[in-house]
Amino acid sequence: MKFLVCISQAPDTTSRIAFTNGDSEFDSNGVQYIVNPYDEWYALVRAIELKEANGGSVTTITVGDANCDPIIRKALAIGADDAFRIDAKPTDALQVARLIADHAEKNGYDVVLCGKETIDHNGAIVPAMIAEMLDCGFVANATHLEVTGTTAKLKREAAGGEETIELECPFVLSAAKGMAEQRIPNMRGIMSARTKPLQVEQAEAPAQTRVQRFALPPEKGACHMIDAENAAELVRLLREEAKVI
Amino acid sequence: MPQNLFVYSEKKPKSFSMSVLTLVSTKNGQPTKGGLEAASYGVALSKQLNSEAVAVVSGDLQDGSSLGDTGIGRILKFPSPLTDSGQWAKLAEHAAKLVGATAVVTSHDHFGKAIAPRVAVRLGAGMVSGVTQLPQENAVEKNVFSGKASAQVEVTAPIAVYSVTPNAFGVRSEGGTAQIETIEVEVGQAKEHITSFEPASADGQVPLPEAELVVSAGRGLKGPENWGIVEELARALGATTACSRPVSDIGWRPHHEHVGQTGITIRPNLYIAAGISGAIQHLAGVNQSKTIVVINTDPEAPFFKAADYGIVGDAFEVLPKLTAAVKALD
Repeated sequence: MKFLVCISQAPDTTSRIAFTNGDSEFDSNGVQYIVNPYDEWYALVRAIELKEANGGSVTTITVGDANCDPIIRKALAIGADDAFRIDAKPTDALQVARLIADHAEKNGYDVVLCGKETIDHNGAIVPAMIAEMLDCGFVANATHLEVTGTTAKLKREAAGGEETIELECPFVLSAAKGMAEQRIPNMRGIMSARTKPLQVEQAEAPAQTRVQRFALPPEKGACHMIDAENAAELVRLLREEAKVI
Repeated sequence: MPQNLFVYSEKKPKSFSMSVLTLVSTKNGQPTKGGLEAASYGVALSKQLNSEAVAVVSGDLQDGSSLGDTGIGRILKFPSPLTDSGQWAKLAEHAAKLVGATAVVTSHDHFGKAIAPRVAVRLGAGMVSGVTQLPQENAVEKNVFSGKASAQVEVTAPIAVYSVTPNAFGVRSEGGTAQIETIEVEVGQAKEHITSFEPASADGQVPLPEAELVVSAGRGLKGPENWGIVEELARALGATTACSRPVSDIGWRPHHEHVGQTGITIRPNLYIAAGISGAIQHLAGVNQSKTIVVINTDPEAPFFKAADYGIVGDAFEVLPKLTAAVKALD
């Protein structure tokens, strides 16, 4: 079974969020980048678990420049076998999906796994776009994945409950919490990651959207403190001032 | 074109050359709340673009009254229910071309996340997900960096696909009625087969992503046996319960209640957090809530900086008082 895991870099959760170039670009100055948590904790780890259980290979793919290489090495240290980097600046979901789908079509994978979204653009668009481009089935926000032969059983959180979905390989999923537990790479993994193959490919694809500018939210006003003895006053404020109950 | 393909209503009040098409999910014969919110967005957008507001549904829609009330004038109904995202995308593409859609709208939930990007690919459209308000001056706003910033995104393609953040735009009543037309299109074989559905909770709570009121608690509650006071306040308010990551990780509460960066992102009208310090990862999942109430024994808890209302106090004392005060409301 061949697994392809889509890995994106994302600013560490605690990064200061600031913008540059007329607020049109994220200011990466001094920002520590990590593997997008949903890609790493859920998609990558589950693919590795299934490979360990049933055999096969786990390949990662990333769209980005050489600055992405450290997070790709981390994915290899966690247990991926090899990696591809498409050397293009990611600008838009359609562009990224096209670059990944073209690679997947050429190389043939049984399962393509993505995180449910990236923590910077919060798009949740690329996974289903890849599925459409590959003309295969798709499950968004999957919380569980088992594969028997070429049949997969997935679960996802749907309105008010959990659905079980069956589909045949090849297919695409986006992974959410529940799929797997975070894995910390061990020293052997980190050492072997240095020599695992990371292939860089050149490709281009058009974008259909453009970020004009970013903005920070307005400063939140001071918190209105209420005495613990006077909880009823809070309920009054929620009804009469905030008008939420 | 075979005659039974489309059944048009006799009179058409106004003819448009362009339209805004909303993809509406249904459950038990009715549009979902997300579907009605998307329809309201589609109607408002159609007014802005001087276009017709059209909705497309598959299978089980008993009547078009709730969609008509949002201002949708025309509903295209595919005769059998579709759950496969690829089939739905083919239906949506056909409907969009049929009505000359320049924008396609849907909900940013498990329905829209699976279907809208596929529709964007089929139409060669530019897609913006998780929008919260109408486009202005050729750009639409969406939240980015987990609510820590917003972006103005321009669609450079002739057709735009928007998915609307749940509980952001609201369901609007325009008091109209909708004509239902049957639409037939070859959608191919289903690849995704839903084999079972298990309801999350028996107590009839609104699912977290759709909830308008949420009561959440963290490690400050000291143990799972103490959750009664959280559930009682939630019941009194008609709210949904949630929890912080440590609490779901140690198994005090089920995973599907975990809100935060790695759990569920929510946007309720009211978020009450008891015994949660407010780590940045937790804030990322809740900071788009319209009103935040924080109850914590530690006056230095970082969560107070993100709160609208705060009480420094013990959740074990404050929550029952709040429950009593809520019950005392008329």
